[in-house]
Amino acid sequence: MPLIACHQCDLVHQLPPLSGRATARCTRCRAVLVRAKPNSIDRTLALLLAGVILFSVACSFPFLGLRSGGVMQETALLTGVKTLYQQGMPGLSVLVLMTCILIPLAQMLGLLYVLAPLKFDRTAPFANRVFRWHRSLQPWGMMEVFMLGILIALIKLGEMATIIPGISLGAFALLIFVLAAMLTVLDPHQVWLRLEEER
Amino acid sequence: MKTAALTAKQLGLVSCHDCHHLSQRPQLTDDQQAYCPRCGAALHQRTPNSIARTWALVFAALILYVPANLLPMTISTTLGDQQSDTILSGVIYFMHEGSLGIALVIFVASIFVPMMKILILSFLLLSVQFRSRWRPRDRTRLYRLTDVVGRWSMVDIYVVTIVVALVKLGAIGNIDAGPASGYFAALVVITMLAAESFDPRLIWDALEERDD
Repeated sequence: MPLIACHQCDLVHQLPPLSGRATARCTRCRAVLVRAKPNSIDRTLALLLAGVILFSVACSFPFLGLRSGGVMQETALLTGVKTLYQQGMPGLSVLVLMTCILIPLAQMLGLLYVLAPLKFDRTAPFANRVFRWHRSLQPWGMMEVFMLGILIALIKLGEMATIIPGISLGAFALLIFVLAAMLTVLDPHQVWLRLEEER
Repeated sequence: MKTAALTAKQLGLVSCHDCHHLSQRPQLTDDQQAYCPRCGAALHQRTPNSIARTWALVFAALILYVPANLLPMTISTTLGDQQSDTILSGVIYFMHEGSLGIALVIFVASIFVPMMKILILSFLLLSVQFRSRWRPRDRTRLYRLTDVVGRWSMVDIYVVTIVVALVKLGAIGNIDAGPASGYFAALVVITMLAAESFDPRLIWDALEERDD
């Protein structure tokens, strides 16, 4: 049986073959060692493709509109980033751009680069490196936090003016669920084993 | 599940931080670096300088906490009237408006969580430095919590981003991002880095030391 060390307390375990959706936890600190997911690669790829399509929709249509009296203000996904930059906050603007747009996009494309060839029993060059980057970027993609921010901002402004949700907002909201679903079906342990096999 | 009841460190193995691959701990001189054979990440038995680096980041976060909370987060101008709002005055505004739920979300995400992260990480660091054997499982759980919850603190930054984009000269005045937003964003990023640089395996090392 292969050995695995708990990444939170370093205790070494023998990893039995897991069936179905079984979860192996550390016997000492209860951290998850491995969580088995059936059909992981196929399902992840399907959701990933849906994600890429939704992402391009979210980037190309109006995001939110605001109407008060006769004045209408329309924004795209990137307007906030641009406004912060113009207000003399370049660092903040770059941070928002990275965490809400560039990092999630890079993560999706990176995962596609790793998984699509694996589906056909091949590996792309440097796939192990790309997958490692994908994993370590995980905490820094914050689209779902951004979505919560949108909801709060809308409640804040809703009393002062009429909010007109755009197509882009709908795509963005759907994208959050698709990405969340993608993370629950992705089995990194299995991807690592496959990458090792195919090499 | 069967347990070998030994740690990777005791067995002379190294677990890769990124892909969790177990490999033999190579014999290296000081200027050599081992890499994971599976994913290519630099191999370390424990995160290097974990305690010093985490302390440095915790102190930096503590310093940033002050301007982030005292300076204005947004500056709104309506018909020549200027009003500055800090994080706390935003919370109070929502309370007065009757949106208690939102007031609570902002209070927890922006004021409570960053302070809790600073306190919990300091506590964990001290417990590791004093080689405490007190409830290691609960301390690990506390660490997991700080690690997972941290990113949600960014929510206030995104609220500012959206509000700033939507409310520009015209309809209902103008809202600018205030100086606190930069400090606050830095605070969140630094507490996230601090949680990442703390190695929870250090909590368990104290147990093995005295068992030997």
